[in-house]
Amino acid sequence: MKHPLEFEKPILELQRKLDELRKHPHAGSLGLTLEDEVSRIERKLAETRREVFSNLTAWQRVQLARHPRRPYTLDYLRDTFTDFQELHGDRLFADDRAMVGGFARLQGQPVMVIGTQKGRDTKENILRNFGSAHPEGYRKALRLMRLADKFGLPIITLIDTAGAYPGVGAEERHIAEAIAVNLREMTLLEVPIIAVVIGEGGSGGALGIGVADRVLILENAYYSVISPEGCAAILWKDRAAAQRAAEALRITATDLLELGLVDEIVPEPLGGAHSDPTTMAETLKVYLLRHLHETEAIEPSERLRLRYEKFRRIGQVAEAPGVLGPAPTA
Amino acid sequence: MSTTPFVRKPLAGDAAEPAVTPVVSPSETTLIRKPKLGTGRTRKKDIPEGLWTKCPKCSTLIYDKELDENLKVCLKCGHHFPAGARERINSLVETCSFEEMDAGMISVDVLKFTGVASYASKLASYWKTTGLKDAVVTGIGTIGTFRVALGVMDFGFLGGSMGSVVGEKLTRLIEAATNKELPLVIISTSGGARMYEGMFSLMQMAKTSAALAYHAKARLPYISVLTHPTTAGVMASYASLGDLIIAEPGAMIGFAGPRVIKDTTQAELPAGFQTAEFLRDHGLIDDIVPRLELKERLVCFIEFLLHHRGQPSQR
Ligand SMILES: [Zn+2]
Repeated sequence: MKHPLEFEKPILELQRKLDELRKHPHAGSLGLTLEDEVSRIERKLAETRREVFSNLTAWQRVQLARHPRRPYTLDYLRDTFTDFQELHGDRLFADDRAMVGGFARLQGQPVMVIGTQKGRDTKENILRNFGSAHPEGYRKALRLMRLADKFGLPIITLIDTAGAYPGVGAEERHIAEAIAVNLREMTLLEVPIIAVVIGEGGSGGALGIGVADRVLILENAYYSVISPEGCAAILWKDRAAAQRAAEALRITATDLLELGLVDEIVPEPLGGAHSDPTTMAETLKVYLLRHLHETEAIEPSERLRLRYEKFRRIGQVAEAPGVLGPAPTA
Repeated sequence: MSTTPFVRKPLAGDAAEPAVTPVVSPSETTLIRKPKLGTGRTRKKDIPEGLWTKCPKCSTLIYDKELDENLKVCLKCGHHFPAGARERINSLVETCSFEEMDAGMISVDVLKFTGVASYASKLASYWKTTGLKDAVVTGIGTIGTFRVALGVMDFGFLGGSMGSVVGEKLTRLIEAATNKELPLVIISTSGGARMYEGMFSLMQMAKTSAALAYHAKARLPYISVLTHPTTAGVMASYASLGDLIIAEPGAMIGFAGPRVIKDTTQAELPAGFQTAEFLRDHGLIDDIVPRLELKERLVCFIEFLLHHRGQPSQR
């Protein structure tokens, strides 16, 4: 196992023992037969793995969401979809490689897929800007979404970004405006939109392609208004308080489902998406197809009304005792 | 979080219906004579606390009443001090014309957020000290001859942060504007989304922007006014979506904070980075409008934007 996380170490240790035993069949036998010993460790391994992965803390899930071997947008475009035809550029300034998009087929059905893309190594990470898009990424996304809307292709967005890029150029070319326009325009696109948080759902940079009829999230992904580290730095004045911030912000898939902020959790293989990317890609396909069929069955005007309502109802407020304002006019 | 040393004082009528622009008789202001600059420190000590404010830009001591009358703009150098939501509304709407909406709406500690201080205790202290219920005041008022849906944020309440209340009040305001076919003006100042409400806060960006989509679809005008500071989640939603985007002079406006940008990029930031002037020169802002001219400019803009409707909206 490459890139083990701290909490994966007991699993790793058992795995190592098992490998050792298989390599040197006589070294470990203390009266037990080899088969007994192997199956004993195998059972223990499965048990430990189940135990570790069914009791993950918010912070551990954040680590899984950021795992360097976790499947990224282009991996799903290869394994969940077929016939990906990448389309480049925002027709204004540049082609942002942190945001990929283009035509693809989902079980034969043509769709438009757009997603943020991280790099697998240093070289690719420089190209992909570590998955943090500039304004051009959001404008490219909107261009492709409008193209899809014009020609009746459903839109699927895959979200995996620590956030929109905080840089001088990004500010000079108005990244906030680019995100804001996407939020407004995605509200009115007539084709179905399904958004999936596949890894990191980093704040406005994630939401910038996240206005949809259905918002799904992978089991170990997270979606947050601010990074746990950023929250810790502001509220605790200490980035090391990120674990506590991750709990307090309630950013895990189960938290978000419970709070009514996402529609469904897409289960990951035991050990996380990176432990079995093929199964993960297949599972995602099943979920996407179901939500696609469900949303396509809805009349377009009704779908837009439901999309509006979906975001309209989010928020919890109260009335201060003793204050009587005029009744809401809306 | 404010970058100026100005101390926000509770104003008379701060919590009341902001219908009347406070009028101070000139005789009152002449009762106490303004101290001459350079009369030494001993002279300064005699000045009663809270009556004078030092301009952070030109260091002039300004008599508070004069500063208030001048809409918190330095009489000497034009520096724009922070202004509260009520003061701004008073300075824009015609007397007794403002019908506030959702005046009693308050935040809920939906996540039971416990950080260094609990959200509930933060809210309680801000309710007590600001006289505000949350970071935005909304309602419908008359500006010039136009009925206008008006939302004004207040940085004094938790840094103008947007949680469920700000999102809900603004969304109801925008929906009311759409239903009543009214022009919309939102005056923003905010540090961004409110962390204490987690993802509920982030989703207010989508909610308000969605409401604006339908207001825009009805071809109704929306003017976004950016004041110091307007950043992050508010800037990445309704504040950036005006048919016109105007800003107060010197306002700090942006998405990410300058320190975050510096830490991330390890680069020097250009001069005047993220100021209103910088953003005008980079093509985001239609014009920079001093606070004292805001009302007449809004009326002028709305006249142009509603021209096709024939009559000024007078319902
Ligand atoms: Zn001054």
